[in-house]
Amino acid sequence: MQRARRVPAWVLGLLAASLAAQIAWHAGHAPLSRARESLPPAPRPEVLQLADLGEDPAAARLVMLYLQGFDLRGLDYHRLTAWLRDALALDPRSAYPLFAAARVFAETPDPAASRLALEFVYEAFTHDPDRRWPWLAQAALLAKHRLKDLPLARRYAAAIRQQTRSPDVPAWAREMEAFVLEDMNELEAAKIVLGGLLEHGDLKDPNERRFLERRLRQLEKRVK
Amino acid sequence: MPPATGFARLVLIEARRGGLPWLAAACLAAGLGLAAFLSQVALIETRELQLAIVAAWLRACAVFLVAAFVATRTLREIDDKALELLLALPLGRPAQYLGRLAGCALCGAALAAAFALPLLLWAAPGAVLAWGFSLACETALVAAVALFFAMTLVQPVPAIAATAGLYLLGRSIAALQALAAGSPAGEDSLAAHLARAAVGAVGFLLPRLDEATRSEWLLYGAPPAAAYAAVIASLVLYLGVVAAAGLFDFARKEV
Repeated sequence: MQRARRVPAWVLGLLAASLAAQIAWHAGHAPLSRARESLPPAPRPEVLQLADLGEDPAAARLVMLYLQGFDLRGLDYHRLTAWLRDALALDPRSAYPLFAAARVFAETPDPAASRLALEFVYEAFTHDPDRRWPWLAQAALLAKHRLKDLPLARRYAAAIRQQTRSPDVPAWAREMEAFVLEDMNELEAAKIVLGGLLEHGDLKDPNERRFLERRLRQLEKRVK
Repeated sequence: MPPATGFARLVLIEARRGGLPWLAAACLAAGLGLAAFLSQVALIETRELQLAIVAAWLRACAVFLVAAFVATRTLREIDDKALELLLALPLGRPAQYLGRLAGCALCGAALAAAFALPLLLWAAPGAVLAWGFSLACETALVAAVALFFAMTLVQPVPAIAATAGLYLLGRSIAALQALAAGSPAGEDSLAAHLARAAVGAVGFLLPRLDEATRSEWLLYGAPPAAAYAAVIASLVLYLGVVAAAGLFDFARKEV
């Protein structure tokens, strides 16, 4: 067996010093944050397909993780919805873009931005109503309680009644229009929708359940 | 033992001794670590996110490991003059070439099986089986391409680069064709027609790797049998083309 040669002390010293310098360099610099960066314009879906080498479902979800990293304040919602359209084009069966639009991005304090997110949900709903109605139901609630725009909420609720055909769509979702017109506060409405989704078996993902329960607790605190 | 079987066995022994199983284990460990990380950052569709990204990662690892292993082992055989020695033996050249190719394809199949197993954590067995078998065929094709380029170009960097280029083009040709068809500038210009025709012509010479080993199968269920059979048949057909080209080149090699 070959014996390893003894390494000169100065080489060991150089290795230790360069490693220490590397760690010190990174310790002295704050980690890069995308919260303060602006969102770049969305590429065409074909360009993303070219870049993802055919792994469209993975690319769609990576786009969503990328978008999650941005701070909602000051975010360009025209660009954001273009990115969301890309993610949905890459994997039309994914619920992630719609969930993020209805539950995260639409909850911005900026009403104009919120409307853009809700319109994205509505536009996506019209392409596959039987699968995407839960997010339009949430959009109807946000339109009523956050934007105080009853006609918009009714438009979304009516779309669920008129455009869904599947027997899997529960009765409460089809009757969303009457439900929107009822005089109940946001917490009560949110509890009914969440309860309906849980009963219907639409919430199987543990992360989604945790997220929605946390949102409900925040809403409870705000309403109290 | 037939000579081809002996060559295949030698390749498998070399893969085991060369540390390929350890590299595969490292890729698996990295994939599982990635899955654990993704479960913490996903808002919804945790299973789908883990499955789509881990499957994409393992597919890329399998292809890279097979291409690098085949190219480097073939070039080492050439540099050590072992190939010249073997060519001088009274053994048929087709048996030698196909034996090597079979050994490399078996390495790919073993990697595909090892990489498909952890996907059972998130996907149905039928879908995993379809994905794993498709990956085995895809790695066999990559092995054939890497063997062909290594024998022809006789240099590691050009051989690996050519293999990677052909593989990446095979996976992106459909997207390139879609881009060419949807080009916003000058749809009816001669240049646009030429570009579309050129991309279309290149497409005829490439395997449709974008249709193979799809993560959609894992997420939304295995494809219909006829569509799946067509994908596998196209891979096998291209494997035949590359193997025939390799045999042709190998038969002409001077000792």
